Amino acid sequence: MRPLPLAAALCALVLALLAASLSLGYAPIPLRALLGAGDPLHVMVMQQIRLPRAALAALVGAALGLSGAAMQGYLRNPLAEPGLIGVSGSAALGAVIALQTGLAAAFSLALPLMALVFAGGAVGLILLLAGPRGGSLTLILAGIAVSALAGALVSLALNLSSNPYATFEIVFWMMGSVADRSLEHLALAAPLIALGAALLLTTGRGLDALTLGEDAAQALGVSLGRLRLTLLLGTAAAVGAATAVAGAVGFVGLVVPHLLRPLCKARPARLLWASGLGGAAMVLAADLAVRLVLPDRDLKLGVVMAILGAPLFLHLIYRTRRGV
Amino acid sequence: MRRSDLIPLAAALFCAVAAAADVEAAPARVVSLNVCTDQLAWLIGAPGQLVSVSPLAHDPRSAALAAEMADVPRNDASAEQVALMQPDLVLAGSYTARATVQMLIGLGYRVETFQPTRSLSDIRENITRMGVLLGRPARAAALVADFDARLATLSDAPETRPVVAYYLPFNETASGEGLTGDILHAAGMTTIAEALDLAPGETLPLERLVLAQPDMILVGAPYDSPAQATALLQHPALRATGKLHEIGPSAGWICGLPSTLDTVAEMRALRRSAQ
Repeated sequence: MRPLPLAAALCALVLALLAASLSLGYAPIPLRALLGAGDPLHVMVMQQIRLPRAALAALVGAALGLSGAAMQGYLRNPLAEPGLIGVSGSAALGAVIALQTGLAAAFSLALPLMALVFAGGAVGLILLLAGPRGGSLTLILAGIAVSALAGALVSLALNLSSNPYATFEIVFWMMGSVADRSLEHLALAAPLIALGAALLLTTGRGLDALTLGEDAAQALGVSLGRLRLTLLLGTAAAVGAATAVAGAVGFVGLVVPHLLRPLCKARPARLLWASGLGGAAMVLAADLAVRLVLPDRDLKLGVVMAILGAPLFLHLIYRTRRGV
Repeated sequence: MRRSDLIPLAAALFCAVAAAADVEAAPARVVSLNVCTDQLAWLIGAPGQLVSVSPLAHDPRSAALAAEMADVPRNDASAEQVALMQPDLVLAGSYTARATVQMLIGLGYRVETFQPTRSLSDIRENITRMGVLLGRPARAAALVADFDARLATLSDAPETRPVVAYYLPFNETASGEGLTGDILHAAGMTTIAEALDLAPGETLPLERLVLAQPDMILVGAPYDSPAQATALLQHPALRATGKLHEIGPSAGWICGLPSTLDTVAEMRALRRSAQ
């Protein structure tokens, strides 16, 4: 598919899903309430409850889709995904530490920044372990270790809390949700996600060149060190900020690039922005599904994403295994 | 000795024997495993009769009498620890520490369980029963009389009952059933669960709560450390309704005690100030 029609189609899909997300609720409220027109109660519900939810779903999806596509492009391995390799889990750990130590209460930006630092640590560790070619086995094994450790420490931190309700939050940090998030959460996460996405989008040319191999890429003037650093910072900022406010939503970075790769003619640069838009659409759709299937039960996003993503993951592993 | 002199003597003798029997029946060492029986036993029992209280008894969020019971040693509700205290009577809630209770019964200890308080009238019955169990029926009768007198001064039926949403962590809300509902009713309020006809256990999502426009939204005081379940109660949309009231400690709502009427009085004052 040519880039322009693809971009237009994905943008239209995201906008339609955004409108659907803003329209779904316990009362029919016209979309113009978003701009402050109409019944003040409706304006308040639209701006304070529905808008943060829809906007965060789109931003979190974009961050995860983009990060997944960038990591897969760099490691040239379709299994590299922030959730599976422990980046999201580590970001969740950073966020939980920021919240439970009171750091986030003293300085609100500490929440996404701590998540960023921990996510950055996990990306750095994975890049170090997997090496430039990103062997599948190392990637998955390192991912299992990092995810398990991060998950265990999240549980530990929440079990130590003096608030008896904190323990119930383990599910949120492992599965992710955008329910009942406020504009404050949106304001905390949006700038860092935008920064991370901007950094990741600059890696397009380098990733395209890398498809020819490292030597050829260097011959084309791509600095691999710089590419790696941009990838690390971009992924840490985008995934860290997204996870800090919405928990670890898995499989987005795996499913979306996989679906869009045939439409992008396997060009990593094109796949980057396409996966960003596709990720936004995917998480918006998942959040709509969560609300339509069990409106009163606060089903987590990770449940829907895992039902879609896990079979695909197994399929990819099967294919990778045959290829070895 | 004249026969008429024998009557008071016999009466005195009878009283002494009865008192002795009464003292014998009254358990000297009482151990409680539930935060509600802790407080009832502390209120009704003789000084020193209650030798150990449950782990929650010293937490002011759970026990209205936490400060008063601070000197009573705490148990961890394990059978071993309780047995080593050599209790004459063990008090437990019907749903607390089931394994411990079964084991203690098996070991031959006397265990009395109390159902959770479901209404204000349950409180009277529980006070009376505790008085009998602890051998202090007079103390219990006095507490019941005070309770009735105070409830009579607090209960009034206003012309319009405001719709109140007592919003709890996990999008839960107080229903018209149970002790919470009874407290709100006694204070002249009606619950949003009744107004919206919510099924028992049905949650109330934030958006639905705000759109229902209750007359008052009540939330408990925030905890020291954060959790999303409780952070929901600080959501800006709740503040934006202008109907939000932060109410006193949750301990006043948990157990049915004479002090439950403090909560009724607090709610009544809140309703009157808002109307």
